[in-house]
Amino acid sequence: MISQFFVLSQRGDNIVFRDYRGEVQKGSAEIFFRKVKFWKEDGEEEAPPVFNVDGVNYFHVKVVGLLFVATTRANVSPSLVLELLQRIARVIKDYLGVLNEDSLRKNFVLVYELLDEVIDFGYVQTTSTELLKSYVFNEPLVVDAARLQPMSPAAIFMQGTKRMPGTAVTKSVVANEPGGRKREEIFVDIIEKISVTFSSSGYILTSEIDGTIQMKSYLSGNPEIKLALNEDLSIGRGDYRSSFGSGAVILDDCNFHESVRLDNFDLDRTLTLVPPDGEFPVMNYRMTQEFKPPFRINTLIEEAGALKAEVILKVSAEFPSSVTANTIIVQMPLPKYTTRVNFELEPGALGQTTDFKEANRRLEWALKKIVGGSEHTLRAKLTFSQELHGNITKEAGPVSMTFTIPMYNASRLQVKYLQIAKKSSTYNPYRWVRYVTQANSYVARI
Amino acid sequence: MAPPAQTNRSPSPSQPSGKSEVTDLKSQLRQLAGSRLPGVDDSKRELFKKVISYMTIGIDVSSVFGEMVMCSATSDIVLKKMCYLYVGNYAKVNPDLALLTINFLQRDCKDEDPMIRGLALRSLGSLNVANLVEYLVGPLNAGLKDNNSYVRIVAVIGVLKLYHISVTTCIDADFPAVLKHLLLNDQDTQVVANCLLALQEIWNGEASTSGDAMKEREALLSKPFIYYLLNRIKEFSEWAQCLVLDLVVKYVPADSNEIFDIMNLLEDRLQHANGAVVLATAKVFLHLTLSMTDVHQQVYERIKAPLLTLVSSGSPEQSYAVLSHLHLLVMRAPYVFSADYKHFYCQYNEPSYVKKLKLEMLTAVANESSTYEIVTELCEYAANVDIPIARESIRAVGKIALQQYDVNAIVDRLLQFLEMEKDYVTAEALVLVKDLLRKYPQWSHDCIAVVGNISSQNVQEPKAKAALIWMLGEYSQDMSDAPYILESLTENWDEEHSAEVRLHLLTAVMKCFFKRPPETQKALGAALAAGLADFHQDVHDRALFYYRLLQHNVTVAERVVNPPKQAVSVFADTQSSEIKDRIFDEFNSLSVVYQKPSYMFTDKEHRGPFEFSDELGSLAIGTESDVPAHVVEANDKDLLLGTPDKEESRGAGTNGSAYTAPLYDTSLLSTATQVQPELPISNPAAAGLSPQSSLAIDDLLGLGLPAAPAPTLAPSPPPLKLNAGAALDPGTFQQKWRQLPICLSEELSVSPQGAAALTTPQALPRHLQGHSIHCIASGGQAPNLKFFFFAQKAEESSIFLIECKINTSSAKTQITIKADDQSMSQAFSTLFQSALSRFGTS
Repeated sequence: MISQFFVLSQRGDNIVFRDYRGEVQKGSAEIFFRKVKFWKEDGEEEAPPVFNVDGVNYFHVKVVGLLFVATTRANVSPSLVLELLQRIARVIKDYLGVLNEDSLRKNFVLVYELLDEVIDFGYVQTTSTELLKSYVFNEPLVVDAARLQPMSPAAIFMQGTKRMPGTAVTKSVVANEPGGRKREEIFVDIIEKISVTFSSSGYILTSEIDGTIQMKSYLSGNPEIKLALNEDLSIGRGDYRSSFGSGAVILDDCNFHESVRLDNFDLDRTLTLVPPDGEFPVMNYRMTQEFKPPFRINTLIEEAGALKAEVILKVSAEFPSSVTANTIIVQMPLPKYTTRVNFELEPGALGQTTDFKEANRRLEWALKKIVGGSEHTLRAKLTFSQELHGNITKEAGPVSMTFTIPMYNASRLQVKYLQIAKKSSTYNPYRWVRYVTQANSYVARI
Repeated sequence: MAPPAQTNRSPSPSQPSGKSEVTDLKSQLRQLAGSRLPGVDDSKRELFKKVISYMTIGIDVSSVFGEMVMCSATSDIVLKKMCYLYVGNYAKVNPDLALLTINFLQRDCKDEDPMIRGLALRSLGSLNVANLVEYLVGPLNAGLKDNNSYVRIVAVIGVLKLYHISVTTCIDADFPAVLKHLLLNDQDTQVVANCLLALQEIWNGEASTSGDAMKEREALLSKPFIYYLLNRIKEFSEWAQCLVLDLVVKYVPADSNEIFDIMNLLEDRLQHANGAVVLATAKVFLHLTLSMTDVHQQVYERIKAPLLTLVSSGSPEQSYAVLSHLHLLVMRAPYVFSADYKHFYCQYNEPSYVKKLKLEMLTAVANESSTYEIVTELCEYAANVDIPIARESIRAVGKIALQQYDVNAIVDRLLQFLEMEKDYVTAEALVLVKDLLRKYPQWSHDCIAVVGNISSQNVQEPKAKAALIWMLGEYSQDMSDAPYILESLTENWDEEHSAEVRLHLLTAVMKCFFKRPPETQKALGAALAAGLADFHQDVHDRALFYYRLLQHNVTVAERVVNPPKQAVSVFADTQSSEIKDRIFDEFNSLSVVYQKPSYMFTDKEHRGPFEFSDELGSLAIGTESDVPAHVVEANDKDLLLGTPDKEESRGAGTNGSAYTAPLYDTSLLSTATQVQPELPISNPAAAGLSPQSSLAIDDLLGLGLPAAPAPTLAPSPPPLKLNAGAALDPGTFQQKWRQLPICLSEELSVSPQGAAALTTPQALPRHLQGHSIHCIASGGQAPNLKFFFFAQKAEESSIFLIECKINTSSAKTQITIKADDQSMSQAFSTLFQSALSRFGTS
């Protein structure tokens, strides 16, 4: 049970504010914002998603820079409220196509309409886009998607890849398209976030894949869908033990959206579901089985005199050359007495930038893309303001990396086929099955 | 159209609340109000939007209330909705104007479109104006009978809203009974779910004053009703499932077969993608199996993987909520997670509140086989750029060292920290080395060698400095220049800002003096002089104490300052196990995230239904209770200050490191740990319910009310004898109170003498003690006093529990009796009454 719900912009303005029970004072949004903004004086720690000020509990989630907040005086389930906030954001996105400050402001009346149906007197009534459709009457005013930051991992499909219609994922589930008729299509995205920690000698200390099969359906008439996964897929209780050889995909654990029926899952690894409107995760999974990390990182630090050192970073892409990673950023904290860094890129390097962030003494190397099988090197000459004492490796590192690799998945989990129950012989909707791998925490110690 | 963005951005707190704009709006609305021109709805929409956007950003637009209502005569549903929203917001501050809206809302409640009916009904309920409630009853009644489920869903919540505006109107209209009927008969699961939550809120509110409501509340936990919900749980929405699961947690199954049945029914809920459903299910599993040690352990194993999956899927916020629960489980049963330690490694981009939890979990799960790897990992974090986390990591290494048998490797690591030459690393490491020495004095040789190399000038943090000084004093015989370092520190007495450091310095100089008198004499004199002149009371007092002690007898002084010390085997834990158990009881709530039981952060009325324990918790200890209030040594983060040295515990008070635990945890819960083995697996009361399970669905709730045997019909009970020396610990009392149904609830009168004697509330427990009825807790303020008593049948283990609320001004008493053996409750009640009636007369 919650008392209020509101959405704040990055500057702390109320975009929508709904009081359901009148148990919390009106100024709560301001109290909340001040608390979040100045959580700790040094600003080093950010406010946790749940905190209590004078008996009022504040919950918040950050979505595209907006703060979705709920307040209550009751001792409720934190998971429930945080899940709800996330779900409200998702429903709004389903409606508006794009979720950001601009689209929210343009459609705030519609958002109020949604909020009225989602929560009554502080209790959740429904968060199903499908059900809400019959109660909501405002037409969304769709904002231009092109210049907006993406919200969900799936939004990365908007960039680069030509094979997909760029606007599809930012399409509202209710708004009609300019042509007047809706295109029948369904998107299935396999999104994997990988975490790898390499020891200083390059040995893999930990590795994990957190995956989601995300679906977004624009099919009319709610046909039943069959989704087949690898037949040799097994779900075991891996206690971080690696398994070799078999080649089978072994998940540690997974969970499913409530619309998913698992009648045949044990038999042939198929999921059956009638997809509701809007975007939702069909299945979340977790894997600690050993896999081949897409990148190797080599770091070499050489002291060159008392006030100088050289860092050599080498990144090698260990995936097929048919695949290209994009928006790669390599970062490395440097000793705090570093005053100057001279970078030296490999000859003929394209689409690479380097930077030394003085505020937090951090080296940053950005690469637009890396083709599978290639290797890139950066040399950085550091100058210090005081003499080195002790080991420089204790003062610098670790090297961390973020990247996105479309059409690649580390787990080898696959959607073998996507079957849509046929309405007629001419019914042949567009089906998009897309893979993408992103770095979650990709770290090499030095 | 003009997007509201501009208007939203412009107003700043300094602006005069957009008065002119509001006046503008007012006149424009007035123009449109009567208009029937085509397109007028569109213009109205624009204006309404503006009004609502002002409302959102906090500009007071209540002055256009009349105009808004005038414009609301429309068939445009979008307009209607905006109008309803506006009205709901301002009705409370404009009760007179709100009356204007009643008309159109009532009319809309009869609209042929169920959507309009529902919307109007919802808005009617949201008006929240006390003198308008009479207009609400009719539409609500109709709404509850509506053939459209949407309207019923809204109506049920409407009843709850009414209850909050006017309790009497709601109760007098007999709405709870209607809801109860819907709860058992409605085909729509959302209607059922709303009835459930509404009834829980209503009965919970009423239970304190009405025995009936309390019985109704208990009846929700009857076996047939629980199974009625469990069997159709998948038909409920995921949110309603959470509601059902929260109710099931409170149900007490008759036997272990039933426990397994329930768990089998709910097994697949653990695979749900919604974390709230999974945690609610986990709570059911954990609580059902509390008394079955083996199964309980298997439950941990079973829920582990789903929880880990939730932690790694979903947003960081959701994963934090789940991780907090995992943290609780890890702390309770670290061995279950000992192989999963890699899941608790920190990722560099995680927020620090997540890292902190993980560090604690890593500390807890470290065992002989994983310690090396975990400590290696922690040492990586110690070099981290995130300084608070680096500090926490070093502390974690220290904690692992303190809990392990084989500390060799760890001590080496800690000593390496000292050599890292980062201020904060040195500081944390010093504190740890000091703790380590207190537990493993045998390591003093290696440690002191390294500590001796640290210049006291490089240590600035008070805690670290205090630790260093402590070591200088304690091991002054092994550190050649200890007296001289202490002397130079004493010379800078005035520059030392921390009283804690000065206290330690005094003590260290004393210790050093007895070990190396000639070298320290000068320093001691200086320290005592400086201490006597110190402005800080504790420092002054300690200096004076030492001074007089030395004057009195030097040998005695030595015995006081340098007694033979025992190694500390266990450092006090920060939280008492009672508090931890209570947090575990409140699994899947904020208590877990805050790591505090709910009474510490929530007002009483917001604690939610069925939370008897808090009620008990907030009461003072029973006056006759023989549980001694003991002092819990709350441990400071660095484990330093709860030091066992005699003279230091004296100073500890000022550091706030040791405090007398508040009454609630010392008295009422101190034995809660013993509760589990005593937990009655099948209590006769619950078992007694099942044979009566009739299939008549209307009767479902009635079953919860065991008909109290009418005194005339029942065979005259054997004379009841009570055990004068009965004993019950508060934890068991709470458990039982929660589990047992009410046998009897009566209102009695107290004799005027008795009421008068209650000016000292302790008198009543003392009196009843004479009748073998023991007080376990009491509280409240005159005229409303509240007591919890218990009694035990002689030569049997059967226990009676009594809640007794006395109003001294009206001389009325409300008693509620629960009993292991329900057949004896009437006899006991008679006995209790006769004992009570003699109160004040004897």
